Amino acid sequence: MSVLTFVEINEGKIKKASLEAAYYGSKTAEANGLASVAVVLGEAGAEELASLGQVGVSKVLHASDARFNHFDSKAYTKAVAEAVNAAAATYVVLSFNNNGKLLAPRLSVRLKAGYVPGAVELPANGLFKKNVFSGKASAQYQINTEKKIVAVNPNSLSPVKGAGTAIVEAFAPAVSDADFSTVVKGQDKITGTIPLTEADLVVSAGRGLKGPENWGMIEELAGLLGAATACSRAVADVDWRPHHEHVGQTGLTIRPNLYIAVGISGAIQHLAGVNSSKVIVVINTDPEAPFFKAADYGIVGDAFEVMPKFNAAVRKLKAAN
Amino acid sequence: MKILVPIAKVPDTTSKIAFAENNTKFVTDGVTFIMNPTDEWYALVRACELKEQQGGEVVVIHVGGADSEQIIRKALAIGADKAVRVDADPTDAYFVAAQIANHAKTENYDLIIAGKETIDYNSFQVGGMVAEFLDLPCVALVQKLDVANGVATLKREIEGGTETVEVKLPMVVCAQKELAEARIPNMKGIMGARTKPLAVVAATADDKLTTIASYALPDKAKQVKLVDKDNVEELVRLLHEEAKAF
Repeated sequence: MSVLTFVEINEGKIKKASLEAAYYGSKTAEANGLASVAVVLGEAGAEELASLGQVGVSKVLHASDARFNHFDSKAYTKAVAEAVNAAAATYVVLSFNNNGKLLAPRLSVRLKAGYVPGAVELPANGLFKKNVFSGKASAQYQINTEKKIVAVNPNSLSPVKGAGTAIVEAFAPAVSDADFSTVVKGQDKITGTIPLTEADLVVSAGRGLKGPENWGMIEELAGLLGAATACSRAVADVDWRPHHEHVGQTGLTIRPNLYIAVGISGAIQHLAGVNSSKVIVVINTDPEAPFFKAADYGIVGDAFEVMPKFNAAVRKLKAAN
Repeated sequence: MKILVPIAKVPDTTSKIAFAENNTKFVTDGVTFIMNPTDEWYALVRACELKEQQGGEVVVIHVGGADSEQIIRKALAIGADKAVRVDADPTDAYFVAAQIANHAKTENYDLIIAGKETIDYNSFQVGGMVAEFLDLPCVALVQKLDVANGVATLKREIEGGTETVEVKLPMVVCAQKELAEARIPNMKGIMGARTKPLAVVAATADDKLTTIASYALPDKAKQVKLVDKDNVEELVRLLHEEAKAF
């Protein structure tokens, strides 16, 4: 019996969120005396797959089939369900990322296995913790079926890497061309920037910046820190910033190690997207801004005065280290 | 084109969150319930737009008690043609999806458009589950949806960008922001909604696969450490040395 983790490859590399899931899978396997197995669909390098051993995976089931190079929820569900049977898995672990969010509920129905979406820590006493009410509370979920599915919230745990190497085994799931229902017409990737959902550090700004022409200092800080940039809904709605940068209830939910909010008041809808960040820094002219209640560090002051100094201090620190 | 839109009832974003009975029950006293924003603003409105362009029918389905009538009438006021309410407590996503799939399997919908997730349990489950119950294709995090000649063209979010895909109908779509602009029901819609059909059906027995054992509120409100605006270097030092954020 085993714990099976679904691992995704992007441009030849294991996705960061998948590596976290594989680590979660290995830890769960260890706690239950099970083997840690991964399944990878689509073409990928053997060396990259074997490196999953560093997070405790002993075996990788690899379906090296070009039809899987693009995500198709129906075909993927069928293939992963077959891997669950092949590995005699009692736990299925995935990342609660864009593809995992669709694959996991489909698997839940196909396997009739209870599913916890967005787990934030390893299971304890058979219970799985997840955030609810947009991060305003948490809940402990019990799964009532023998087979259990868990999707791990990205950035919830830091994989500790060891020296292991996983055995890579060919896996040929019985999927036919008819199972592939999605035809990919094209991709539009924002190049040169760090995807927000994978970023450890995020610099974000809102209406307090007064206009899109003032984002230079935000981008400068992001560049200095190697951070992604984000924004509030208000500025995305007036097209000061692109929509894909919008974090909040109707935008992206992120949980970086550091979230710096400049000129954002911190309405509850915005907090819903960022309140799980590990460290929150707020820079705002209004000492009554609700964001200060959710912040770890803050400066009451004008962004136009504070940010140049902040950037200079970071530059100095980076130069000294 | 025949379109089904599942709608959920959720506490308004600004609701106070509290728990009772040894942290096992969400306290609903004084909580205002609304239609889940992604269901209303994106899924339902896009469904209505497609119907207005191409003809057909939009049906909303809701799993919940009689006190959900208000949000169902609102969906009808926005433009849905009829509604089905499955009279049951929606405590488990698998159970809810099974009810929706059970209704849909005999109705031959071309499209089922769900919102990406509810703002209470943030689970992102029902759309994908309905698709699997019905063995239909499904695309999630959809920002753009057009239909021509029985084929849907969709733009979905991927890490670091978007992907455009084509899928032959019937299919399930999980909608998110940008798919449509929120609509405020007009007086004609509100008046019309009163007489549109709302069928109440019993739940089919189905298993509940998960149970919430307990809830918890965050330990306590954070205590912010304020740094003077003339001492920005100190903040950077704290972030580096104390918080070890970079």
